[in-house]
Amino acid sequence: MALVESIFREYRPSDAERSDRSAGDRLRHRQKVRELIRENISDIIAEESIIGKDKDRIIKVPLRGIKEYRFVYGENAPGVGQGDGNSKPGQVVGKAGQEGQGQGPDRAGDRPGVDYYETDVTLEELIEIMFEDLELPDMERRAMREVEAERSTKRKGYRKVGIRVRLDKRRTAKQRIMRKLASRHDERVETGEKQKSRFPFHDDDLKYRHVEAEMKKESNAVVMCIMDTSGSMDTMKKYLARSFFFLLYQFITTRYRNVEIVFIGHHTEASEVTEEEFFHKGESGGTFISSGYLKALEIIRERYHPSLWNIYAFHCSDGDNFDSDNPAALRAAKELADVCNLFGYGEIKPLGSRYYESSMLNVFRRLDAPNFQTVLIERKEDIWPSFKAFLAKEKTQQ
Amino acid sequence: MANYSLQDLVEWDARIRDKVVEFGLDCYPQEFELCDHNGMLGYMAYSGMPSHYPHWSYGKAYEKLKTLYDHGVSGLPYEMVINSNPALAYLMRDNTLLLQVLTIAHVYGHNDFFKRNFTFSSTRAEYTIELFKAHALRVRRYVEDPSIGIEKVEHVLDAAHALSLQRRSNLAIRKLSQAEQIERALESARPPEDPFKRIHSPKVYVEPNLRKIPYEPEADILLFIRDHNPFLHEWEKDLLTIVDEESKYFIPMIETKIMNEGWASYWHKRILESLDLDQGMRIEFIVRHNQVVRPIPGQINPYHLGLRIWEDLYRRYTNPTPEEIKRDGKPNKTGEEKIFEAREVERDSSFVRRYLTEELMRDMDLFQYEPRGDDLVVSKVSDEEGWRTVKENLIRNIGMASIPVIKIEDADFGQNRTLYLRHYHDGRDLHLEYAEKTLAYLHRLWGRECILETSVQGKRTLLCFNDRGFSAKAVK
Repeated sequence: MALVESIFREYRPSDAERSDRSAGDRLRHRQKVRELIRENISDIIAEESIIGKDKDRIIKVPLRGIKEYRFVYGENAPGVGQGDGNSKPGQVVGKAGQEGQGQGPDRAGDRPGVDYYETDVTLEELIEIMFEDLELPDMERRAMREVEAERSTKRKGYRKVGIRVRLDKRRTAKQRIMRKLASRHDERVETGEKQKSRFPFHDDDLKYRHVEAEMKKESNAVVMCIMDTSGSMDTMKKYLARSFFFLLYQFITTRYRNVEIVFIGHHTEASEVTEEEFFHKGESGGTFISSGYLKALEIIRERYHPSLWNIYAFHCSDGDNFDSDNPAALRAAKELADVCNLFGYGEIKPLGSRYYESSMLNVFRRLDAPNFQTVLIERKEDIWPSFKAFLAKEKTQQ
Repeated sequence: MANYSLQDLVEWDARIRDKVVEFGLDCYPQEFELCDHNGMLGYMAYSGMPSHYPHWSYGKAYEKLKTLYDHGVSGLPYEMVINSNPALAYLMRDNTLLLQVLTIAHVYGHNDFFKRNFTFSSTRAEYTIELFKAHALRVRRYVEDPSIGIEKVEHVLDAAHALSLQRRSNLAIRKLSQAEQIERALESARPPEDPFKRIHSPKVYVEPNLRKIPYEPEADILLFIRDHNPFLHEWEKDLLTIVDEESKYFIPMIETKIMNEGWASYWHKRILESLDLDQGMRIEFIVRHNQVVRPIPGQINPYHLGLRIWEDLYRRYTNPTPEEIKRDGKPNKTGEEKIFEAREVERDSSFVRRYLTEELMRDMDLFQYEPRGDDLVVSKVSDEEGWRTVKENLIRNIGMASIPVIKIEDADFGQNRTLYLRHYHDGRDLHLEYAEKTLAYLHRLWGRECILETSVQGKRTLLCFNDRGFSAKAVK
């Protein structure tokens, strides 16, 4: 019995390009992943460096994938594998709780895999989700995203090299004429009138305007993030702190051209750290708030003179401080408020956490400075109102 | 671009088909479609179907496959073939000529298996493509219906997908209707004719409780819910039907993975060996073939296991060793007859049980592993005392045996329409987190409390899911 002839269908690139059949389902899946990100936004923001980073940066967010549940066997079920020829009882062949024991993608009833995968999200998208999570009003959101940088450069002389747009045609032409005049004498003697018609520009003729960034007080700002990094700051507190610092930084960036950021972590002593360290180092032990302020003052003295820089300092803590340090902290805070445009203290006490009798809010009530503001953050909804309250101080000052 | 034209493929295909006929394979008409890697990923995500209803899980499958492919973790299969009449196969157009030839031969192996293996006889291969297309149209219609919409459709589909494999696995056994079950029960309840009734006290006739629903424990959960939950809308019932029909279609694939892949590998090997390949293609053939059928340490490669059993079976009937003749007697069939018979009447569990011998297991170094602390540790190897255990365990991990058997015992438990199910425990506990979430889906479809009786670390346990959520309690 002969077999009917088989049919071959040629590959047609035009068809292949047009058909993206899974697009709809991918989109739907993507929406579900986004919901998942929103549910976990506090963990992600608390773990991810977002302050002062490029908006287009792609962040790999580890996610427990959207699981498709079924009735499956648990981990006590034994499996069968193939060895290399000399397997012995007792030999270790893998790690428990790990997927990949001979399960093809189309194999039904796989053991529950650790469906852990990374999704790429742009920072922009993540910030958007954070804004949604913090329930920022839409108007404000737009204001936070748009940078209105004013130009603050000034001309300073001319250079022989530069970019095309800064070519000063007038000066270049003048230069050429000068050179032409200077060379005329020789020419007449040697070649007569012959080459008179053409006298090209030479590289030496080109003149470019030189521009320098102007150091004006109005354009420079430094954000000093001071945070208690003692062991009591958990993920939720860090998320709240980080979102607050982030908002502050974003806001400052919209108003100044040149914004620098300083992270100061402190427990009983303070040090300047990177953003990663700032949010990830957990140190045990007590807290001297004054140490953080003194460090900030020291950095200001060294690098950011108040006559050239607008200084915004904000301190996040859970309010726990050694009583003996309170007078020193108050003194340092006063000093800091004097040099800063705005200085704030945020006490983060998620609802349900233990209420410390010795809240620093009471201590700082005695500090009487027009540009000092304390806020209490109990849950993430508080962030936006307290942020606005913090900025209001500056407005009244101006 | 590849080193061949479509005409080359047609010519090679003709030569392969001659061999297919010569070796006695019995195939459906075959269609091949050349596609690029994106097309292949697309087909893989939708189980090879040219048309399929939409659901986000296929988008997820696509993303996952693509991620693995882009990062080079896994390659793409050389081919994909679906069980339909005519059989439909996809070839990767970037493959070399040899790979295409190998793949075409492999596809005919699958094709023969689809047509002749008994498990596939329930799939109605002529209508496969139309069936999936009709499903797709119906689901799309519900999604576009303004009174239903995607959220509601997904709500049902998510739940139905979770339960789609909770069903009878051997479709060749006819399912008795409720009336037949009752008839059978009445039959067996009647006391048998007693030749000594004059001296025996008469047996008391106990009337069976015929009002019980389901009368016998019911494994087809989706269909049972469809037929017994009066509050479901017609479109919801239709979605359950669609999911059930699809999973029914895929059961034979799950049940014959090892046999099917082994069979196709066995025939692509024999066919390619019988073709006159030039030296370059010959070497490439050996390399590619070994890549496909190589053992993967620590796992079971169905291509490898299947091929080894088929080859061993053929050898035992063609060229048995003296010990085998002493033990099993002289073969009464030729090797060809034997393997063609086996491909028709076995499925993975029976195939492995009957034809995977102790010697072969030892040769392949099959072992059993168990979790111990954080590690997976080899607990039994295929030596004299261990091979039976290893084999039993292997059988419990292939096909539908890897899915817990759960049956509906009573749909009106406590006279308040509580659904009572029982897990037929075989020493393997359920994964509790998964059980909880799946029960939630069951509850979603059933609409009333659902109770699952199982055993957790040796203790009889009831997992309940009702309006207040999940609870688990151990019972005596």
